Amino acid sequence: MDADTLGMWTFLITEVLFFGGMFAAYAVYREMFPLAFAATSEFMNVKIGAANTAVLICSSLTMAMAVRSAQISKTSHLIRYLFGTLFFGTIFLVVKAFEYHAKYVEHLIPGPNFHPDNLAPQFMHNAQILFFLYFCMTGMHAVHMIVGVGLLTFLIIMAYRNAYNEHYFAPVEMIGLYWHFVDIVWIFLFPLLYLIGHWHW
Amino acid sequence: MATTYQPTTTEAAAEEPVNYLNVEHGWKSWLFTTDHKRIALLYLFSITLMFITGGAFAILVRLHLTQPQGLFSPETYNRLFTMHGVVMIFFFLVPSIPATLGNFLLPIMIGAKDLAFPRINLLSWYLYMGGALFAIFAVARGGVDTGWTFYAPYSTTYSNSYVLTAAMGAFFAGFSSITTGLNFIVTVHKMRAPGMNWMRMPLMVWANYATGLIQILGTPVVAIALVLVGIERVMHVGIFDPNVGGDPILFQHIFWFYSHPAVYIMILPGMGVISEVIACFSRKRPFGYEFIAASSMGIAILGFLVWGHHMFVTGQSVYTGIVFSFLTFFVAVPSAVKVFNWTATMYKGSVTFESPMLYAFAFIGLFTIGGLTGLYLSTMATDVALHGTYFVVAHFHFVMVGGMVVAFLAGLHFWWPKICGRMYSEPWAKFAALLIFAGFNLTFLPQFVLGYLGMPRRYAAYPPEFQVLNVLSTAGASILGIAFFIPMIYLTYAWFYGPKVGPNPWQAKGLEWTIQSPPTTFNFDQTPTVTEEAYNYGPREENYVA
Repeated sequence: MDADTLGMWTFLITEVLFFGGMFAAYAVYREMFPLAFAATSEFMNVKIGAANTAVLICSSLTMAMAVRSAQISKTSHLIRYLFGTLFFGTIFLVVKAFEYHAKYVEHLIPGPNFHPDNLAPQFMHNAQILFFLYFCMTGMHAVHMIVGVGLLTFLIIMAYRNAYNEHYFAPVEMIGLYWHFVDIVWIFLFPLLYLIGHWHW
Repeated sequence: MATTYQPTTTEAAAEEPVNYLNVEHGWKSWLFTTDHKRIALLYLFSITLMFITGGAFAILVRLHLTQPQGLFSPETYNRLFTMHGVVMIFFFLVPSIPATLGNFLLPIMIGAKDLAFPRINLLSWYLYMGGALFAIFAVARGGVDTGWTFYAPYSTTYSNSYVLTAAMGAFFAGFSSITTGLNFIVTVHKMRAPGMNWMRMPLMVWANYATGLIQILGTPVVAIALVLVGIERVMHVGIFDPNVGGDPILFQHIFWFYSHPAVYIMILPGMGVISEVIACFSRKRPFGYEFIAASSMGIAILGFLVWGHHMFVTGQSVYTGIVFSFLTFFVAVPSAVKVFNWTATMYKGSVTFESPMLYAFAFIGLFTIGGLTGLYLSTMATDVALHGTYFVVAHFHFVMVGGMVVAFLAGLHFWWPKICGRMYSEPWAKFAALLIFAGFNLTFLPQFVLGYLGMPRRYAAYPPEFQVLNVLSTAGASILGIAFFIPMIYLTYAWFYGPKVGPNPWQAKGLEWTIQSPPTTFNFDQTPTVTEEAYNYGPREENYVA
């Protein structure tokens, strides 16, 4: 493993712990308020969430293809796959923006204006915690996606200048690692936030 | 000055070989440098300014406490001790040794030209400065009053002070710390010279490596805690908000998950410095080198398992407390291993008493007191009585000032001839070391007694019978405050006018002493091959004069 790769993995460990603080908070409150969380999760749009999950998995595929293309010096393929990744990443963010807007319209933003329809009154307080976590966790994930989109744009510009080939592809590989990490965060976020209480055992 | 040798300016210019200091000039050569040695000096300058800032707050705190009812209003007092804590912890103690001495020495000690990521190293300094600007802004607008711990719900809801600004400052300083740690870890793994295997690495490198691990694992957690506090403060609802069922104690868990390991970020590099200094001035291989190295790693790992001892009296279950108490005793073992091994290193060594060694002696004594009083606090039964009293304040300052700041000074004196190629005044250095030791003890020993008698920390007023001890403590703080300025003066003087020294004024071992003082930009003319560990000490040669 060369220094760049080790540095990137070390950074990703840092990122795991950064998100880890919120995941720990989620675990604590889910254990404290299981029924409120299950009831609140009904307000999440599972179809859109699932579709967005698929979009992100596709973006990971194109990112992996992009790294491979760089490694074998196929710059035209590299540019194509980077655009693909950028496309899927942007789709995800646009869908996410619409989702946030829908939450706003349905009065699901925690705070004084929080009054969702059809939520049992005993959950009105605790439900705000789940929504707070929802906005923090997906928001922080979206911030990372936006950074990733910026990095992809940088890669595309550099790829047009023929910067990457089989001898030098470290930036593509590093940003690829970052992109996959951000996707994996979503893979955990989706079931934890959207799928609680949708089945009963 | 001890010496009379003063080169004329023309003589100095003619003799000065090219080094990292004179190779380039002008502000751009500093602000855009990627040389780890220049970045170390940028850091040294910055953290010294922050140390003076934090020290000024400490003096004001001590002045306030000379009167039972205090000199300032309670609100002002709350802001004074908070700003003292925030500035000293996030902007001095955490970066102190790693970002300065570690930055300067770690690549040289393993035979590398620079750190693995020189530009990220520069970025780390800019992140630090960004954070420092936020902190200074918070100070200028009137400060924060939450205590450096930012406990919810006070910080999120009730405090009417610049919490967001100070938290942003700590957030940025945290990322500066992460980038430093990341750089160190990758450098140690990837940049070691041929022959420099793990069991030949200087203990300073081991200590900074262990520190790097804590920095990358702990700091992001406090970063997210501060983000959550910030969002809650802005939105007036959040996960620490009891109104919606949130648990403020969760904040304490997340906060201390970083902030207890953070005290090991602060002390471990100091232990690395002391290991080097004691070996050199005892002319011996450190006794149990492998155990000292392993104990650094042990402290780094165990340090993550003890945060609950900050919460023995804040609503944590007794059973959780028992586990944390036990683990806290356990973390004392590697610390004790170090102290015993340093002592054993000196045994039958050829011990001399140069100023770095005086600081090392002070470190061992003060750190031992600080560490052992930590055991009083890790015992749940005694902690119930001592929690939140001046006993904790004294314990913490024995480790952080008596330990870390003293170790920082030891290292600064030890490597100053390497950093600037000139020697400082040894008599002044010895005088300053003794004055710091005396001032320190006069400041903090009375606080142990005050805490034992029940004086709570962070209160603006106290019963009149505590006044004598408080005045003693303030008198000590005044001595300490003056004593800290003495090294700043004679080290700065030595930078410009001190007598020049050769590559190895202490006749020490280790790669940093084989290259010229000050080093060239890329440290080594050709990559060295290492054939032995850094501690092949024998008797001094005849010509040793220090």
